[in-house]
Amino acid sequence: MKIRVDPDKCQGHARCYGLAPELFDVDDYGQASVIVDEVPTELEDKARLAVANCPEYAIEILSE
Amino acid sequence: MTDTVPVIDWASDFDVLDPRYITDPFSIWDDLRTTCPIAHTDRRISSWLPTRYEDVTAIAHDIAHFSSLRVAVIPGGEDDEPPVDFEGPNLEYGLPPISADPPLHTWTRRLLLPWFSHRRVDGYVPMTRDLCRGLLDGFAEGAHADAAAGYAQQIPVRVIAHILGVSTDMSDTFTMWVRDILEFADDPERRQRGAEGLLMYFVEQLEYRRHNPGPDLLSELLGEEVDGKPIDDGIILGIAALVLIAGVDTTWSAIGSSIWHLATHPEDQQRLRDEPGLMALAVEELLRAYSPVTMARLVTEDVEYGGCPMKEGDKVLMNFPAANRDPEAFEEPDVVRLDRAHNRHVAFGSGIHRCAGSNLARMELQVALEEWLHRIPAFSLEQGKEITWAGGQVRGPRILPVVF
Repeated sequence: MKIRVDPDKCQGHARCYGLAPELFDVDDYGQASVIVDEVPTELEDKARLAVANCPEYAIEILSE
Repeated sequence: MTDTVPVIDWASDFDVLDPRYITDPFSIWDDLRTTCPIAHTDRRISSWLPTRYEDVTAIAHDIAHFSSLRVAVIPGGEDDEPPVDFEGPNLEYGLPPISADPPLHTWTRRLLLPWFSHRRVDGYVPMTRDLCRGLLDGFAEGAHADAAAGYAQQIPVRVIAHILGVSTDMSDTFTMWVRDILEFADDPERRQRGAEGLLMYFVEQLEYRRHNPGPDLLSELLGEEVDGKPIDDGIILGIAALVLIAGVDTTWSAIGSSIWHLATHPEDQQRLRDEPGLMALAVEELLRAYSPVTMARLVTEDVEYGGCPMKEGDKVLMNFPAANRDPEAFEEPDVVRLDRAHNRHVAFGSGIHRCAGSNLARMELQVALEEWLHRIPAFSLEQGKEITWAGGQVRGPRILPVVF
């Protein structure tokens, strides 16, 4: 699975980081980013959870 | 607070200070969502009240039509000329970034955000935990407490004072000023007392920090340059006032409402004791169900939205709490599910004005609940004692007697 944060939509709620710090980081200005190239199989559910909790619909699943 | 005329028709004449709205806004929103999802009132100032998630978030993102230059839910000082006998500084820039549009919003927000990054907030955890433990030491040996005034209210103000670099000895005074400004905004005398007290205090503090800089937000703002020039004192003053106003009774209200929920839902209380790993999700769910904050927007030009003829100068009350109870956006929204997995709540707003202190608020709420549950045995509301709620801009319990 590959995921991405759309920087234009992200407003820094940091919900993704709170739910899956293994997959996301948020910089000092609130911009979230994905820190893995490929989501490890055991973290795919966490990635989907992050998608389902982003208030700005900023996280995309690029490939499953 | 001035008395309000009781509301008969919520769709055309709502009043967020009506006692029924303060104690139980939920049933009012439910009715409005199915009959008139964007209500209107001419009380105080022509204002609109969206109640659906889709509308609230869409309006929050349309910054061209809905400006943040006027964010007070109860129009007070910011909508009037300053009173003639007010000798304080003139905040011509308001409280940036919350009461600003881009470009002022953009650069002032960038100055503030690093102070509330998750990394920085991690550093505030030990002091917050110590603070909670110290408060609990004061009453945990007894059998009852006022969880609002004796606990929730005491926490955020001290953390914010620490960040600003001002004395926590002033905490009670800060709390009084902030309540004057937000909770008693309908009372011109109290509003002015709060605004004047707070601004004059920060004028003195800025002067002091200019000559005695420390490792705090005020000192950093004074040393900062934007486009090669120091930041205007009026802007620094506005930012400082904002951090205090926005950082105190918002979070305290969320802590109080969460303790109220646990006091009235023993099964959830037990579950959090049994499954402490659930706390992070539970905090988001409690923020969704009891979102404290409503912010306003100013309509910049005549616009029709959702069939409503909004006029330039009208206000729109960004009803984030109602959005978070919308059944179109949340399954069984009136049920608190501590492990709710799909929760795109907007307790911290939506769009470019997302609460800059959200990481801090979330941490304070989590630590306050953890420490409370760790120290206080099974607790419930104290029978026969009255609970009071504040509402308007910020909703939460102000007196919350519990027994354990």
